[in-house]
Formats: sequence, C-alpha cells, structure tokens
Amino acid sequence: MTALLDPPRATGAALPGWRATLLVVEGLWTWYRRNWRATVISSVLQPLLFLVAFGVGFGTLLDRGGRAQQVIDVPYLVYLAPALLAVGAIQNAAFESTYPVLSAFKWQRNYWGVSATPITPGQLACGQLSWITLRLAGSGAAYLLVISLFGAARGPGIVAALPLAVLCGMAFSAPVVAFAATVENDGAAFNALFRFVVMPMTLFSGTFFPISQLPEPVRPLAWISPLWHGTELTRGAALGVLELGPALGHTAYLAALVIAGVLLARWRFRARLAR
Amino acid sequence: MSDALVQARGLRKCFGDIEAVSGIDVDVRPGEAFGFLGPNGAGKSSAMRMIGCVSPRTAGELQVLGLDPDVDGPRIRARLGVVPQQDNLDTELSVRDNLHVYGRYFGLSRAAVRAKATELLDFAQLTDRASDKVEPLSGGMKRRLTIARSLVNDPELMLLDEPTTGLDPQARHLLWDRLFRLKQQGVTLILTTHYMDEAEQLCDRLVVMDGGLIVAEGSPGDLIARYSSREVLELRFAPGEQHGQRAAVDELAERLEELPDRLLLYTTDGERALSAAHQRGVRPVSSLVRRATLEDVFLRLTGRSLVD
Repeated sequence: MTALLDPPRATGAALPGWRATLLVVEGLWTWYRRNWRATVISSVLQPLLFLVAFGVGFGTLLDRGGRAQQVIDVPYLVYLAPALLAVGAIQNAAFESTYPVLSAFKWQRNYWGVSATPITPGQLACGQLSWITLRLAGSGAAYLLVISLFGAARGPGIVAALPLAVLCGMAFSAPVVAFAATVENDGAAFNALFRFVVMPMTLFSGTFFPISQLPEPVRPLAWISPLWHGTELTRGAALGVLELGPALGHTAYLAALVIAGVLLARWRFRARLAR
Repeated sequence: MSDALVQARGLRKCFGDIEAVSGIDVDVRPGEAFGFLGPNGAGKSSAMRMIGCVSPRTAGELQVLGLDPDVDGPRIRARLGVVPQQDNLDTELSVRDNLHVYGRYFGLSRAAVRAKATELLDFAQLTDRASDKVEPLSGGMKRRLTIARSLVNDPELMLLDEPTTGLDPQARHLLWDRLFRLKQQGVTLILTTHYMDEAEQLCDRLVVMDGGLIVAEGSPGDLIARYSSREVLELRFAPGEQHGQRAAVDELAERLEELPDRLLLYTTDGERALSAAHQRGVRPVSSLVRRATLEDVFLRLTGRSLVD
C-alpha cells in the first residue's frame, strides 16, 4: 500500500505515573465541569442539614440545660461543626467510591476504554483516587464557608481541620474503591455497606457525643473506625486542643489505611482490567 | 517474517480451567487487513485482547510492533487503535469531549487533540452532532464515534472487534467505506467478525478459528477454492422430502449437504447440475444457483450446530 500522504505517526511513548494520574483526573474533571450541579446538593447539603438539626436545634437544648457542659466545654454547635466536616468527608467518600467506580467498570465501561491507552490499570486507580481526594477537598471547603456563616467556626484552626478531614475521607475511600472494583453484580453489596458500615460509623464515632459516653465493651469499635480518628483530629484542630502525640497516632492510623487502600485498589484494577 | 506487525507463536490464553485460545500462530504484515473469523466463543476476542496488550498471555510468544506486550504494553498501546466489541464511550460527555479526553490519555497536547478532533468529526460524519451528548446517538453514530476515537493517536495498527455487529446495512456500508480509506492510508487493520460478507469485503487474509484453534488460513478466494466449490446449487423441497431425493443427485456434486428443507450441491457449474437433476426427474419446489461464499467455507469448517 502506498500512502497518499506521509501519515502522522503515533507517539509510541509510555506515560510517567504522575502524568497518567493527572490525565485521568483531567478526564473526570471534564465530566464534572458539565455535571457538577447534581453533586453539590448531596455533598454540602447533607452535613448542613445535620448541622441545623443537631447543632442548632438539639444543641440549643443541650446548652440551656447545662449538664452537657460537664463533658463538652464549648457551645454544642462549635463542638459539632468540625466533626461534621469529617462525617461529610466519609459520606462523600462512600458515595464517590462505590457506584461511580462500579459504573466505570460495568455500565459506562469507560475504564475499559482507558485500558486500551498507554495508561495502566494501576495509574487509572491512582487517578480515580486523586480525583476523589479533590472532590472531598472541594466539598469540605464549601462546607467550611457555610459553617463560618453560622458562627460555628472558632478561630483559624478549622482551616487545618480541612486537610485532616480529607485524609479521614480517603482512609475510607481507598479501601472502598478496591472493594468496588471487585463487585461484579449490580451493587447490592453497596447497600449493605451504607447500612451496616457508614450509618453506624456516623452515629458512634464521637461525632455527636464523645465516645467516653459509649458502654465500655463497644468502644473498641469506635477505635477501628477511621471516622473516630478523623473526628479527634478535626475537632482537636478546630478547637485548638490537639496534642502532638495523639495527633500523630490518629494521622498514622489514617495514613496506613490510605496506603493499604491504594495498594489494594491498584491490585484490584489490574486484576479486573488485565485478565 | 521479521517485518510482521504482529507475530504470534503457540499463543495461548486460559481463564482458570477454560482454555480460550489453545496455541495459535499468526503473522500480520504491514498494510494488510487481517481477519479473525469464527463462531461465538472461538477465542477471537481473547486473541484480540492479547494483541491489544490489555490481556497478558498465558503461554507462547507474542510480538506486537516488534515489542513484547509483557514488557512494553503502554508503549505498544500508544501506537494502537482499538475498537472494542462493546462501545465504551462516555455517554454523559459530548461527542467532541469524548475525542478530547481520549486523545489526552495518549499524552497529546490540548492543541493537537483539538485539531485532531475536528478532523475526526469530519471523517466520522459527526460534525453537526459535535456538541451533543453521546447518549441519544444512534448505534451507527456511536460506532463511528468509537472508530474515530480509536484514531485519535494516529495508530499504525487498528484492532476492530466485531466493528459492525448490530448495525443496519446503511451504517455498515458507511463504516466499511471509512475502513477502506484507512487501509488506503497505510493503516494495518485486524478485525474479528462473524459476518462473512464483511470478511470478504475487507480482509486480504484471514484465519478461521474454532474452539481456540486456527482451522484454516488464507485469502477469501483461497479459502473458497480450497474448502468449497465455485458454485452452489440449492434445491428446495417441502420439509422432509429432501432426503428421498438425495440419492438421485448425489453424483452431480463434488459435495452434497442436506438441510431440513433443501439439498446443497457444491459444484463448479451450478446450471449444468440443475439441468442434470431435472433430467433425472428431480422436481424441487424452487432452485437457486449462486456463487460459493465464505459463509459456505465457514459453515463447513465450524459446523452448523450452535456452539453457545
């Protein structure tokens, strides 16, 4: 065959990991830029509803009664707001790490499209997780703005709480993404995850009351919950009472979950796409 | 052959206990259109996924563009264009955005991708739908977009897995036309199909796969000459009556096949066989003389019974 023109040639180049990761993020951003409206409601409004219902409504009762002050020495709204930052991160992480991942494997199948490009499955997993990190940071920042308007922020420490909340969210997101990559059916397992993991975690991780109020035998359950570690960090940072030792401990636990989750997710993406 | 774009020797793929590809040898030369034919489950798609450097081989040797997929997968994939069996476009993005995003995955600059997208929209006749979302497009349009998308990196080798399955005749002919143009530009094509007319239209050379093995190899003309006759005479009868007529016409054909309502006589001269049959008093309900096609070869090699 004689070519009519000298045809342009493919690059034939592999991509360095950071570049591939950024390109996956860029692809997801292209989608988000056109469809962000639908996600704003669920990611900011939900923690806000919690804040109004518990922080303002329920909190007024607590603060008036005075007995809660024996355990919590700040207004309940101020106590609750930074913890809800962590709850929001966990809930957004749960949502962003389940159906969108399953869909990209099974319904939309766009991961399969990516697998035919120089981007490797492991790089794809890292890109997806980086994107979720950005989403959590964005929603968290929006939530921070709103709670400052409520007067629930006390001092600049709440800004330091944001990256800690994102870390907390990713400690949950990364293992869940790995799990979502193994789901083959229509995602019924996610309902169980929401009901039996996310919901109890939200209620019993020290968000609404300190875990010292939990019966002693149940407390170890809170200790394994990433949300408890995240709550200790965000609340400690926001109220300016964080001590170095515990802070390092909580951060190390969350970082370990992130690292384990990233490794698991990369492995599951490879196993599913390159079979 | 050393200049082969794809060279496989004893290539095998197992999924657990199931062997999808049981040791095949393939050479695809630059500029040719090469076809994998076979019934569902013959191992075509598994072979394609190994050549596409997404599915690691279980055993055997494989070189694609002179490189080993196990070592240089990403570098090879940067030079391939892949049209998967099932579309995996991003249906919530616009037609143009699909091309942009995909081009970026190859590490191309935004400016290069923008220019390429405009060119490909024209090639795929989708320019006036460029800003529409993919979701409501027809099957033919989505397929054209998938083919356009696979060209975004100027591939040297295209892998098309059943490119026209499920499309209406107009859409198929338009796609064939686009594939011809690519071939004229020197792009090497590898495609799988179970449409015999597609294989005859597009392929310079093809292999027939069955049960994970290659059972025949050659150009469409070669295969027809080797495994069929030049013409086929079809004699139709009321269902059931064909069997009684078998003996009368048996020696008129090189090979005879009996179906529930007809006899197929494979012969070099169909008209002569037909008049000979008439002379012997055979009175079919209707008769048809036609050229032998790849379909006759295919059915002979892979059988008429359903495999899946």
